[in-house]
Amino acid sequence: MKYLRFFTIILFILVSQISYALENNLEIKITKNLRCLICQGQSVHDSDSEFANSIKTLVSLKLDEGFTEKEIYSFLKDKYGEWILYNPEFNKNTYFLWLLPILMFLLGGAIIYKLFIFKKKKLY
Amino acid sequence: MKIKSVPLIVILLFITFFIIFFKGLKNSNIYVPNINYEKEIPSFTTQFFDTNIKINSDEIFKEDYYYLMNIWSSWCLPCREEHRFLMELSKEKNLKIIGFNYKDNIKDAKQFLNNLKNPYSNIFLDKDGLIAIEWGAYGVPESFLIYNKKIIKKVIGPLNTNFVDEIKRLIK
Repeated sequence: MKYLRFFTIILFILVSQISYALENNLEIKITKNLRCLICQGQSVHDSDSEFANSIKTLVSLKLDEGFTEKEIYSFLKDKYGEWILYNPEFNKNTYFLWLLPILMFLLGGAIIYKLFIFKKKKLY
Repeated sequence: MKIKSVPLIVILLFITFFIIFFKGLKNSNIYVPNINYEKEIPSFTTQFFDTNIKINSDEIFKEDYYYLMNIWSSWCLPCREEHRFLMELSKEKNLKIIGFNYKDNIKDAKQFLNNLKNPYSNIFLDKDGLIAIEWGAYGVPESFLIYNKKIIKKVIGPLNTNFVDEIKRLIK
């Protein structure tokens, strides 16, 4: 029984390492960050359309040629526009998008501060 | 004063979000890229449809001449629909139609041309769809009107009477 438990633990450690290695694959990471433009709501990695398959081939080719992740993104952005990237860039169209969570956080913090901490000080 | 302002802010926020989302309802959720811009054609090497001779894109598209670059495939149904429009355009004297055979079986593609006639003055191969990506194309069929190595018109999907008329007007 003791040995069985021991081997189960070893097996789980090995399995988790395998899945970790796959997640770490740069090609998968890049294709997951690219929008499949002819599908709806799917990444290139998830799709099996002709378009997505071509992009997958291109990404693996470019990686073999020594392109970095950023260079591949900018190459595709140049061809298809920014929409192909899942992460929108920080520019004048997306200020609101990127800064809204920070603003909300600050506003919430201010409200909490005013309601609880400020009140407490007044009480004593 | 303080109690009154909170509901007011909530109502205002609600109205703002309502307007934003209501306007968003009418937008198309299908991405339409910016078509009306002049972009330089990409440079790449490809190979002739029926021989193994390789060719650079600079030799295909010469200056001072109109080209219609058409991506097609024998397995693509809309390509069959637009074929008669390509035949119509092939009669134009100052326009050359260049075909790019997209991810196709050569035997099927030849049969397609035998059955429906060949509107292309030259056909090149795009076996794995990489050249289509160089053009920023989405799939088949797609057409680019080129003049002086610049894309002046891009048609995503099959051609129709309106597009044919527009192309005829542009090349005059």
